[in-house]
Amino acid sequence: MSRPRRERLRVTAVEALGPYALVRVARGGVDPGVPGQFFMLEAPGRVLPRPMSLCTAPRGELAFLVDAIGPGTTAIAALERGDRLHVFGPLGNGFRLDVARPLLVGGGIGIAPLPYLAEALEHPPALLGFRSELHAQAAVLLPNAEVVIDPVLVTDALPLDRDVLACGPEPMLEAIRALAPDAQLAWEAPMACGYGACYGCVVEIDGELQRLCVEGPVLCSS
Amino acid sequence: MQLLNASGCLDALTAPHVASSFDAFVTKTVTPEPRAGNAPVRIAETDHGMLNAIGLANPGRQAFLDETLPQLARKIDVPIWVSVGGFCVRDYVETCEQLSRNDVACIELNLSCPNVDEAPEAAAEVVAACRRVTAKPLYAKVSPHSWDMGETVRALEAAGADGISMVNTLRGVALDMRLQPALARGAGGYSGPALKPTALAAVLAARRATALPIVGMGGVCTGRDALEFVACGATHVALGTVLFADVDAPTRVRQELVAAATRAGFDAPEDAYGVALEAVARLAN
Repeated sequence: MSRPRRERLRVTAVEALGPYALVRVARGGVDPGVPGQFFMLEAPGRVLPRPMSLCTAPRGELAFLVDAIGPGTTAIAALERGDRLHVFGPLGNGFRLDVARPLLVGGGIGIAPLPYLAEALEHPPALLGFRSELHAQAAVLLPNAEVVIDPVLVTDALPLDRDVLACGPEPMLEAIRALAPDAQLAWEAPMACGYGACYGCVVEIDGELQRLCVEGPVLCSS
Repeated sequence: MQLLNASGCLDALTAPHVASSFDAFVTKTVTPEPRAGNAPVRIAETDHGMLNAIGLANPGRQAFLDETLPQLARKIDVPIWVSVGGFCVRDYVETCEQLSRNDVACIELNLSCPNVDEAPEAAAEVVAACRRVTAKPLYAKVSPHSWDMGETVRALEAAGADGISMVNTLRGVALDMRLQPALARGAGGYSGPALKPTALAAVLAARRATALPIVGMGGVCTGRDALEFVACGATHVALGTVLFADVDAPTRVRQELVAAATRAGFDAPEDAYGVALEAVARLAN
C-alpha cells in the first residue's frame, strides 16, 4: 500500500453536479490509492481538514465529490480554479476487489467513492438512491447505474445474489447489512486527523470501539 | 529548546515517522485499568479550535508495559515520555513505580482529571507521592483552570516536580444545528488556536513563579507561535491540535521557528527566551 503524502495541490476545476461540487485538483506526487480509501482535504479558514473519499482519478488529477453541508465542506466547495489546498492521503482501508459478482450501491453523497471503484472493477452494475431529482443529477458519474429516488429506497431494488459494495448514510448501510450480511460497507464518522492520532472517529467493531480511519472506512459487515 | 507532541495528539504505533520527527514522544495517558473511552461523538470543530471528549482511551497499565512500551521502543528512535493518569493518588504512584523499571525518559503526570483539577493541594499531593517512588524526571501537566497559576506551580515544585507541562485543554461546549451539544458527553476539552493567549498567560505566570523547565503548549500552529511560548519563558514547546491538520507540522514548525526568530531580531530562537517577562513584570508592579 502506498504511503500517504501531504501536498499543497492546485484546483483545476470545480464542477456543479446537482447540489454537489466535484472538486478536481492536480495530483502532484499524491498517490490515488485504492477505491474506498480517503484523503484529508484542507478546509480553507477552518481548524481541521475534512475526510473525502476519492471519487475519480482522471489522468494527473484527483477528484472529490463534496456536499456543502457545513462550514468546512462549504469552504472546499467554494474553491476556484487556481486555488491551492493541502491534500493528505491516501488513508485507511479501501474495498476488496476480489469479488465475483459485484454490485455497487450508493446513497446520496455516499456515491462519492463509487466511480473510482467502478473503474477498478470494469464497470459492474450499480444502484444509486437519492432524496430528489436534483440530487440524482450526480448519477451522471455512473452512467449505467439504476437510480431510485425517495420514497423508493435502494433496499427496495437490491438483488440478493450479488457481492455488494456500498457507501451511503448509516440507516442505508444498516438496512443493506440486514439483507446482505457479507457486504463491504464504507462508513463515515467525524474525524479530526485521518491517520489514527486523535481517536475521534471510533465506531463499534466486533464489540469494541475502534478507529474508523485505521480499521476502515470500508468494513465487511459480517 | 525541544519540540514535543502534546499527550493524546499522536499515536506513535500508527504514525512512528511522525513521532520520530519530535525530540521526544509523549504517550497518550496511561491509567491503571483499560479504558474504552467515551461513546462517540467525541470531537467537534469550532470556529477557532476544537473540542474533544476522548475519555483517556488506553489499554491500561499492564498492557501498556507488556505490549505498547516494547513496541514503541522498537518503532521510534526518540526518548519516550509516558503520560500517567489516575483517579486517586495511589493510581499515579503504582504506575510511576512500575515505569521506573523501564526505559522511559520522563513521566508526565496528567493532573487535569476531575479529581485533581483546580486543586493545587491535590495535584501537589500526587506529585509528592510519586516523587517518593521514582527517580525519573517528573513533569506535572496542569490545567489552565487555575486562579493563581503561580501558587499552583510553586506547590508542584515544592512537592518535587522537575518540570511543568502547560496547558491542558479548557472545558468547553459546542452546539449543533439543533442547539444540542455536539459531543455525546456534552462538554469536552477545548484546544487549538483559540487556546494560545490563555496558554501564554499561564506560561508567563508560571515562569515568574519558578525556574523549572516548562513545556509550553496550547494552540501552537506555526514557528512564530512556538517563539511566543519561548518569549514567555517556555523551555520546550509541544504541538497538539495542529498535528491533526498537518502531519508534517514538526518539521515545518522547526523551520519556521528559526525564520520567526530572525524576523523578530534574534540570532536564534533560544535568544528570545523570556523576553516578554520583563514588560509583564513591570506592568504587574
